[in-house]
Amino acid sequence: MSEARSDPPPGGATAAGPPAADDSRGIELINVTKRYPGQRTPAVDDVTMTIPGGEIVVLLGPSGSGKTTMMRLINRLIEPTSGKIIVAGRDTLGLNPTELRRHIGYVIQNAGLFPHMTVATNVGLVPQMLKWDRDRIAARVDELLELVDMDPATFRGRYPRELSGGQQQRVGVARALAADPPAMLMDEPFGALDPITREHLQDSLLRLQEELGKTIVFVTHDIDEALKLGDRIAILDEGSRIAQYATPKEILLDPADAYVEQFVSGGQMMRLLQVSRVADVPLQSVPEAAPRDDAADVLARIRAGKTGFGIVLDERRRPVRWIHPEDLDGVTGPIGTRGMATATPIRARSTLQQALERLIQIEHDWVPVVGPRDVYQGTVTLGTLQNALREMKDRGRVRRRGTADA
Amino acid sequence: MISPEGTVSFWEYLGSRRERLVFETWQHASMVFQTVLVALVLGVLIGVAVYRSARLSAFATSAAGVFFTVPSLALLGLLITPLGLGVAPSVVALTLYSLLPIVRNTVVGLAGVDRTLVDAARGIGMTRAAILLRIELPLAWPVILTGARVSTQLAMGIGAIAAYVNGPGLGEQIFSGLARLGGANAINMTLAGTLGIVLLALLFDGCFVLIGRLTTPRGIRV
Repeated sequence: MSEARSDPPPGGATAAGPPAADDSRGIELINVTKRYPGQRTPAVDDVTMTIPGGEIVVLLGPSGSGKTTMMRLINRLIEPTSGKIIVAGRDTLGLNPTELRRHIGYVIQNAGLFPHMTVATNVGLVPQMLKWDRDRIAARVDELLELVDMDPATFRGRYPRELSGGQQQRVGVARALAADPPAMLMDEPFGALDPITREHLQDSLLRLQEELGKTIVFVTHDIDEALKLGDRIAILDEGSRIAQYATPKEILLDPADAYVEQFVSGGQMMRLLQVSRVADVPLQSVPEAAPRDDAADVLARIRAGKTGFGIVLDERRRPVRWIHPEDLDGVTGPIGTRGMATATPIRARSTLQQALERLIQIEHDWVPVVGPRDVYQGTVTLGTLQNALREMKDRGRVRRRGTADA
Repeated sequence: MISPEGTVSFWEYLGSRRERLVFETWQHASMVFQTVLVALVLGVLIGVAVYRSARLSAFATSAAGVFFTVPSLALLGLLITPLGLGVAPSVVALTLYSLLPIVRNTVVGLAGVDRTLVDAARGIGMTRAAILLRIELPLAWPVILTGARVSTQLAMGIGAIAAYVNGPGLGEQIFSGLARLGGANAINMTLAGTLGIVLLALLFDGCFVLIGRLTTPRGIRV
């Protein structure tokens, strides 16, 4: 998992400690079975699964694998035959189902907006049911529309049919988030959209998730969508048998069985680039300097390092220039603005694929990596990525041999 | 009741009987309005009660349809025994006839609501009653209203036959005229009754267009 995505949400209960807060927001399925009358095999057969708080867990499987049934058990749109489901620390079977659903966001394919209500009414439905006062609902609606990148003044009075498919789905997500539920269920929400809009909304969802840190259960049959969005993926076989429940990287490097392998086969290395983030690979360290540092000191630091040059950071530790020993020939006092401007940095949460594209496009061999607020974290080269990939592959191979022996 | 001077022109007839004609027109309109209103409430209630079961829906629609196969004259006649003459049998018969289009359209309208929308409504925590009142009925409303419109036209025509059991309305003109066919002003009476009903029907239809526009949310208007 990338650092950026496992961070607690801003404004979260830091005093209580993020791990505790995370646990309380999670979802747990314990020995859950759903048997429909008249059917020989259960649709969901004795599933036990923990969905950690603040993560996106993707249920991935072909149609008929019971992934939607499994999701609908969580907000009791389908009642389990037996077993126990805990959401945010509370046993769902002990709660009033409508009350429970108001505190779990629900997003479906084609958004499911009510065509006879405006965008504002649609988004404000849950707060209205929770008896918020009118001003508070109006303020919340505007806030949510902003959050999903829609101008409130333009869109709040519109009707669903006046929106594009992508816009409708954004409103659908806003409606699900209205009462700030700890968990959200998404049933193939982007399945009916064109590829460009889908990609766009996936990116928006990831950005949103970085900010909100919800516990999200996401159902899809698209492996690429699963790899892109999931912190963890549960690959389901018939009867909701969980063939493998692991991070995208583990699934790519170490498929549990032939069924999973058939799911991920083809383009494994390219997919690995897509699911690994720059923050996951060991970065190159380069001697650091500040503009007010003395030239002689900086020169000594560069000589001590292995790279043969250094990087100048500004007062907020943002990378600005590369500095080479030649730049400092005969210079005394602060180094000031000497050196050569760095390329636009790569973000730590970018995927390796994005980093690779940048490295191929630009002229520099070295590119600085920055984290939140553009703070410098290290440097990457093509070689860094190559080593990282090789290492991941080796680790996967060792692990597979280990499981084969056992 | 018949003027002894013999036949006059249609306009003179209208002028001389103005007060009575206005009164009967008003009676007719009021009778149709009230029966359709009662049928609308009853019909929607029946529709709501049965629409979720295919069997009950079929039963309700065909039961309402049975009344349709009974000739209106016969139904009115049959109702004299339990209800006597006058307003009571007229209103009951009209309401029964008005029910069918409304029940059928309510069932069709409610069954036609996109199931994924109902699923979405359940999923965000709406209660059964809220789903019916805020989602299903508003979405089915244009179809239900069309049913009421058909019922109104139906009640307009059948309402004329209510005069057979001494019911209120313009039917009296038509029946009296037909009874003295060949006599003085017979044609005038029949014509006045018939034209009155046609005009009322057009007026009511216009009202339905207006009600439809006013009560259909902009998001689902065609």
